[in-house]
Amino acid sequence: MIELWLLLALCGLATYLWRGPGVLISAGISPRSGLFAWVTCVAYAIIAGLVSRMLLMPTGVLAEATLAERAIGSAVALTAYFWLTRRNLLVGVVAGAGALWLLKSALL
Amino acid sequence: MLVAGYAGFGALAAAHDIPLALAVASTVVLWALPGQIVLIEMHTLAAPLAATVLAVMLTSARFLPMTLVLIPELRDARHRPWKYYIAAQLLSLSGWTMAMARFPDIPRAQRLAWFCGFALVLMTVSAASTAAGYLGADHLPPLARLALVFMAPMYYLLILTGAARERSSMLGLACGAVAGPLAYLAAPEWSVLLAGLIGGSVAYFILRNA
Repeated sequence: MIELWLLLALCGLATYLWRGPGVLISAGISPRSGLFAWVTCVAYAIIAGLVSRMLLMPTGVLAEATLAERAIGSAVALTAYFWLTRRNLLVGVVAGAGALWLLKSALL
Repeated sequence: MLVAGYAGFGALAAAHDIPLALAVASTVVLWALPGQIVLIEMHTLAAPLAATVLAVMLTSARFLPMTLVLIPELRDARHRPWKYYIAAQLLSLSGWTMAMARFPDIPRAQRLAWFCGFALVLMTVSAASTAAGYLGADHLPPLARLALVFMAPMYYLLILTGAARERSSMLGLACGAVAGPLAYLAAPEWSVLLAGLIGGSVAYFILRNA
């Protein structure tokens, strides 16, 4: 458990490495540089890879829903977000979770 | 919208047997939901410490350009320099977006105070939502718990597909989404970092050569 707190502290420091130095170099670095574009691509790929893996091959609680149920939940969330509302995040997220709940309780 | 994201994160932490105090502390210390989800998922996969720290760090790279844009807007001769470093820790995607929208109407001397106040409210609400999601997950029936945990990936599915306007972010998202599950099949404990590096580099390569 100590190890987990240490991990959190290290991750906090690592995150601050993007925040703190930004104050110092607010004029120096170009957000249009190649390195910056690469870091942006990697950052998006990390979180997209994680979310797609959580939905396709979940571990833990999420594995209690079948692939089809998770897919329908995602589709409902996307529909509510993009088409039924003007990109209302709360409505989209709640619609997706609600759809999963309804599907599960209907099948029980 | 933050409430939904952080409540989902709290429920996810509870499902992975992370202590409540740590889940809430991560909201204040990291103050970056993707990094927090990466931290918890990789810890559960028993990923090496260095890989976890690196992956969390890479997901937070967006803070550098956000800080670079925000701080000059806050600068005023009357502020002590260390206050900008506090503001940098309080920076989040929602706080930044709101600040950029409101700053034209706020006198320069008052922006730092306004930003810190607003960001602290966001952080407090998010920490409370983390705790509520965590405790809710422990006391809810299994079905409701499943729905609550499902909110975390849904939050990101929507925010990512909705925010992808530039080609670099769209390509990164698409390549990462393919690389994530593949890397997980190859090496679960390194998968998050591997997917990011490979997917991100492929996206960057396509971008350069398109």
